[in-house]
Amino acid sequence: MLTLGEKVRKIRSKNAGPFWITIDIFCGNKKIYKEVCNKLTNSEIINLLMISEQQLKRFEIDDLNVIKFSFPRKIIQGDIFDRDMHGAQLAVLLSEMKF
Amino acid sequence: MIPIKVLVPSGVLGLGFDLEALNNGVKNNPDIISIDGGSTDSGPYSLGSGTSKYSRAAIKAEWKSLMIAREKANVPLVIGSCGTCGTNGMVDWMENITIELAEELNQNIKIAKLYCQQEKNFIKKNFQLSKIFPLNPAPMLNDQLIEEMTNIVALAGAEQIQECINTGAEIILAGRTTDTAIISALPLMKGANPGSSWHGAKVVECGALCSTNPTSGVVMVEFDKTGFTVEPMSKNAFCTSETVAAHMLYENADPYILHEPGGYMDVTYSNYYNIDKKKVRVEGAKWHPSKQYSVKLEGAKIAGYQSSLLVLLRDKKYVENVKKWTDKLSKFLKKEINERMDIDTSEYSLEFRHIGLNSTLGELEKNIRSPVEVGVLCLITSKNQISTEIAKLINPFLLHFPLSSNEELPTFAFPFSPVHSDRGCVYEFALNHILELDNPMDAFQIEILEV
Repeated sequence: MLTLGEKVRKIRSKNAGPFWITIDIFCGNKKIYKEVCNKLTNSEIINLLMISEQQLKRFEIDDLNVIKFSFPRKIIQGDIFDRDMHGAQLAVLLSEMKF
Repeated sequence: MIPIKVLVPSGVLGLGFDLEALNNGVKNNPDIISIDGGSTDSGPYSLGSGTSKYSRAAIKAEWKSLMIAREKANVPLVIGSCGTCGTNGMVDWMENITIELAEELNQNIKIAKLYCQQEKNFIKKNFQLSKIFPLNPAPMLNDQLIEEMTNIVALAGAEQIQECINTGAEIILAGRTTDTAIISALPLMKGANPGSSWHGAKVVECGALCSTNPTSGVVMVEFDKTGFTVEPMSKNAFCTSETVAAHMLYENADPYILHEPGGYMDVTYSNYYNIDKKKVRVEGAKWHPSKQYSVKLEGAKIAGYQSSLLVLLRDKKYVENVKKWTDKLSKFLKKEINERMDIDTSEYSLEFRHIGLNSTLGELEKNIRSPVEVGVLCLITSKNQISTEIAKLINPFLLHFPLSSNEELPTFAFPFSPVHSDRGCVYEFALNHILELDNPMDAFQIEILEV
């Protein structure tokens, strides 16, 4: 079984201000985009990131073949318990997901 | 007066740009040169301490190139968010650099400084008057928290930058400003399409990040009545409709909406298309002015004083049991700290991170395997500088702590002498709020000088 990272062109994550994280899945083409839109559920993402359903925002951007997830950080950027200030390594969690 | 051309040398002063591309930009007759000088992107330290993230030498070298370019182009040069955090002290720091360079370059210039820092009493008064509102999520605000903050800034928008432009200043040194306002201010003033003025500004706020060659830095954006056109200035960089559209996703929680002082823009119905190999044309963004003018606030407070220790475990038995080892060690240390130093666990935090295991993702890590070695990073944060003494107490146990009582004393690898590193004062963000203003200049001041 492929991982999501092997399926799509690129997955990146980044802080969106000190209080939010955003994840962009660049699918690469319409076929893969449609497939990922249909198969990738919000509950999978919620479980993976350990956040609640109300916190997750999902955007499907047809023109760019991108699926985007945004959610408030549990630990504010630069807090003494923060491990990744830019949140950029979080994308790996999605990349390594079985798809 | 339109079209208006804004030359953006890079995403931030201090990151570097291609000088040839900058010269190309100057030859293309810009109406203004705008560059960002800061961000909260690197965390709360800069705002908390009121210092620049980049070295003065790097800032000075790049600012020199821009001051030379400004003189050649004979247009205003604007920097927003001086010295990373945009406090008043950092505006003055940038002024100092500018005066030094003006002397070196033999330039006579008029400088406008925009101060964006907020007095605690002003914030307290506005909080009591219910003029301050939390965004989601936001720390719970009260007078004590306001008092604890070391620096509070308000983010200036296009209106405050326009006030500076109207002074006729050749160089504008602005405190904390939204990334986009330094770019949108002039086109908005000159009657360009408002939605497109903000949208174009957002697209180029990180310089050539909206192109195929991000490190080349320099881009030109041209604004008119119906939209904007963006073009990278390096001969090795190209904008495509996709690289431009994709930039709306970057660091944005919402890919369609961007809030700014005085309203928000919506790019849901924008069209992007390539005019030629390099240039992209964009139309269709809408600007929605708000009834009440407001600006965003940023603030930071001291989170504590931090010391760290690093020990390396290569012994297989300890690598395999590292979590158990640090759990046991942590319990033991808390008791020792209490007994020997008379410090309660509520007065400090002691944390172990396992580098090689899950130190990046913590509890979210799915892929834990036994590595060949583990780095154990021990972090102590206390209300005062006692963290150094706690680190010294921890030192011998981190070196020799055994998993079981009936074994020969182990010795692990310390890579440093001294073993502990004092990280000094650390800060945390304490505001994610907006402040309502009757007049955009109510929380900002402009000073003019000629050198």
